[in-house]
Amino acid sequence: MSTLAASWDWLTDPAHWPGEDGIRHRLLQHLVLTVVCLLLSCLIALPVALVLGHLGKGGALAVNISNVGRAVPTFAVLVLLLLTPVGRWGEGPTVVALVLFAVPPLLTNAYVGMREVDRGVVQAARGMGMTGRQLLFRVELPLSLPLLLNGVRIAAVQLVATATIAALAGGGGLGRIITAGFNLASTPMVVAGALLVAVFALLVEAAFEVAERLAPKWARGGR
Amino acid sequence: MPGSARSGRKTPGAGAPPPLTGTAAGAGETGAPTRTGHHNAPIRSPDRCNGPVTAPPDDCLARNEWICGAYLSTRRQVLFDAVVQHLQLTFLSVLIGLIIALPLAVLARRWRWVAGPVLAGTTILYTIPSLAMFSLLLPLYGLSAGLVVAGLVLYSLTLLVRNLLAGLRAVPEETRQAARGLGHGPVRLLLTVELPLALPAAMAGLRIATVSAVSLVTVGAIVGFGGLGNLIYSGMNTYFKAQVLTASVLCVLIAVAADLLLLGVQRLITPWARADRA
Repeated sequence: MSTLAASWDWLTDPAHWPGEDGIRHRLLQHLVLTVVCLLLSCLIALPVALVLGHLGKGGALAVNISNVGRAVPTFAVLVLLLLTPVGRWGEGPTVVALVLFAVPPLLTNAYVGMREVDRGVVQAARGMGMTGRQLLFRVELPLSLPLLLNGVRIAAVQLVATATIAALAGGGGLGRIITAGFNLASTPMVVAGALLVAVFALLVEAAFEVAERLAPKWARGGR
Repeated sequence: MPGSARSGRKTPGAGAPPPLTGTAAGAGETGAPTRTGHHNAPIRSPDRCNGPVTAPPDDCLARNEWICGAYLSTRRQVLFDAVVQHLQLTFLSVLIGLIIALPLAVLARRWRWVAGPVLAGTTILYTIPSLAMFSLLLPLYGLSAGLVVAGLVLYSLTLLVRNLLAGLRAVPEETRQAARGLGHGPVRLLLTVELPLALPAAMAGLRIATVSAVSLVTVGAIVGFGGLGNLIYSGMNTYFKAQVLTASVLCVLIAVAADLLLLGVQRLITPWARADRA
């Protein structure tokens, strides 16, 4: 219990908030990393998934990439990137690793969502004379949206976790409070950093949960 | 406090110094930031110096190449120890996770009101990033292997409970009624009908949990019990490319091997599923 109290004291100490290593800066770094990398990975993964799903090709790749992503340790990728030329530009390794680990859930979920669109509906749309483009944007995309958004949610949570581990390889973000705590042998600091990360991750998850509840019914998949 | 938080990444000025001036240097601390406090990832350097090293030998270790046969042959023992630790941590955590998950899933299946809190709890656990999870357990376990195992148990538990519950719920009601009609009591129903039918889903969960655990063990390097993660961590601090790449590849190989092994076990213990597909 005393550790928790000490962690609370550490968190509420105003001296720990401002500055380069302060909580405020680390929190902002974590948020920016998560949001920027989520946008980047969506830009990369979603068009590929939509086109592959529309054409019905590359299914094995789109589905297996998730399993591959799970087997490759985040930490190893971060360190490998750090030792390559990418490691020379600041947050380079962190951004690349974050995107690499956010792409698989996005790709898999969007692809599966596209393929699970009722074939009868697709054929009806074709019969109405819709072009491929119209079919993609007016029929398949709206109908696959629930699974696609679920992929975005999984990717976002994954990004928060990966951004934390990035601190082990010298990246920015809330994880740095934890690693600094370990280096200073300060258990309260470690626990305080961990609490911040945990709350941040849970808030991201909660934000998606709320968004899902508020979304119109068709975007939720009629559950 | 300012300045002290800079761990890990080194300034570009430090370049990428070849960490080894001889085969004796091992995973030494050449140019590594001084690490204070209780952060002591075990850095083992084989003490095999054949007399004074005069000129750096021109081998792949000295050139700090990514792929290096000399690394494999000179660090065989270190690599072996790391792999053993990696396997132990993974196996122990998945096993304990399974032992806890089974009764939880059965209870959640039996009583609807248990299912809600169990699923919510596991979702929350799974959302917490691994590094934070290990750190939150620090006051309870200190810098021990127990901390890594406890953290990984919580993750495996989550995946296993969800899959077990999904498997149990997928057992058709008619099957359960038929078993009851044959005079099966609740225990016999569970053991001889429900659990076998839930096996494919449970094994899928077990495979995901094992592969995730293999990959997450590496984060245990923060407390010095990360199996191959320790080698990656010390290799990062010394810019030792061969060590980082070898340990990473071994890690992926372990994950793939474990997955294939469990797939084989699944085929063996669920012969009916195989017959279905054929």
